[in-house]
Amino acid sequence: MREIDVSEITSAIKELCIEANHTLSPDMKAALDSAVDTEESPLGKQILGQLEENLAIAKEDMIPICQDTGMAVVYLEVGQDVHFTGGLLEDAVNEGVRQGYVDGFLRKSVVSDPIERVNTKDNTPAVLHYFPVAGEKVKITVAPKGFGSENMSRVFMLKPADGIEGVKNAVLTAVKDAGPNACPPMVVGVGVGGTFEKCALLSKMALLRKAGEHSEIPYVAKMEKELLERINKSGIGPGGLGGSTTALAVNVLTYPTHIAGLPVAVNICCHVNRHAGKVL
Amino acid sequence: MDRHINVPYTKEEAKSLKAGDMVYLTGTIYTARDAAHKRMYEALERGEVLPFDIKGNVIYYMGPSPAREGRPIGSAGPTTASRMDKYAPKLLDLGQSGMIGKGKRSKEVHEAIVRNDAVYFAAIGGAGALLSKAIEASEVIAYDDLGTEAIRRLTVKEFPVIVVIDSEGTDLYETAIQKYKKEDE
Repeated sequence: MREIDVSEITSAIKELCIEANHTLSPDMKAALDSAVDTEESPLGKQILGQLEENLAIAKEDMIPICQDTGMAVVYLEVGQDVHFTGGLLEDAVNEGVRQGYVDGFLRKSVVSDPIERVNTKDNTPAVLHYFPVAGEKVKITVAPKGFGSENMSRVFMLKPADGIEGVKNAVLTAVKDAGPNACPPMVVGVGVGGTFEKCALLSKMALLRKAGEHSEIPYVAKMEKELLERINKSGIGPGGLGGSTTALAVNVLTYPTHIAGLPVAVNICCHVNRHAGKVL
Repeated sequence: MDRHINVPYTKEEAKSLKAGDMVYLTGTIYTARDAAHKRMYEALERGEVLPFDIKGNVIYYMGPSPAREGRPIGSAGPTTASRMDKYAPKLLDLGQSGMIGKGKRSKEVHEAIVRNDAVYFAAIGGAGALLSKAIEASEVIAYDDLGTEAIRRLTVKEFPVIVVIDSEGTDLYETAIQKYKKEDE
């Protein structure tokens, strides 16, 4: 049994909120670099160049990459031999978000009620996903999610007979409908299987995979490559202003499902696919 | 075509801007997004005046991140324009001359743009750090309680935007996508 004071969780989350909003992971930078080389539209190429310049300014001047610094989605993988002391874990997570967003000059984009819509002024609460795992470590991942792309995300409850073609059509439909609204080039997270909420969570977790890496399941990896190619034939392009770079990656996660169902969720993220992690 | 123009601009200048033009704006623009639009709309419904003279002015759909010390503003990129579609036609009919945002607009907004010789510009979504460098000053002029959603007066210099819908109703999102669309098997 290992004891961890929840104040350690708070400081890690504060730091990760600030890091994720100012620096993208190297795989996203590599995906953008490669897109600059292959983009067919001159305007598209120019826009991709500006996105790279934007990343450099964000890091150097500590200005958030995007003004929508997101709602903080926090994944905690907690070893079952860990015992938390010093307070409630959920409170510690929200305190970390509060400190990160207030002290880190990040935008406060959360309202306390979806209808009454009063800003909480500290970007809390976080959306917390908790996973019990073996061992005595805690892995924290903070993924601030912007809503330009979140609003274009979809869940499709397909029939088993729709099969893999149904899944592909669902993804292509969601991307086409998202168009310029989701700040392309996008990263497309797809969840297939499970239940209504499980596939939605899978689609969000799929965004955490490194751009350029593929599923270990051969047919899934093949589908990811095919979908990326077909999405980039749509013409939407950088900024939605035409071109051959509409998505930088398509990441699919699957899960067992019910004999009667084929749930598919498509969580769209913009090119600012932010996540930062730390193991305690 | 690259164009460098002062904002507010004249109706003739607005009519000379064509979908696809890269435009660098210098002068004064105003920010307003979801909550400020709702308030302005409700004020008009009650017969009240707007908190600033909208005639001839450009609204930037943007809510910035907080400014660090010594800077006029934080990250400052566009938000999705379609959420303002409900309110935009009324404001355009009152003389608003342009909008800066990102993403598709409704048929009603298209019609109001053409009817009023207005322009819909896109700024590059997700480039808020870069765009903040073209903003020289920012002042909250109304609805301060809305935080990031307050109405701000911005002084911009060579602020880069692209004409998406021009005063004739040509929509770059439609035309450009067709140009690069390839056959899908």
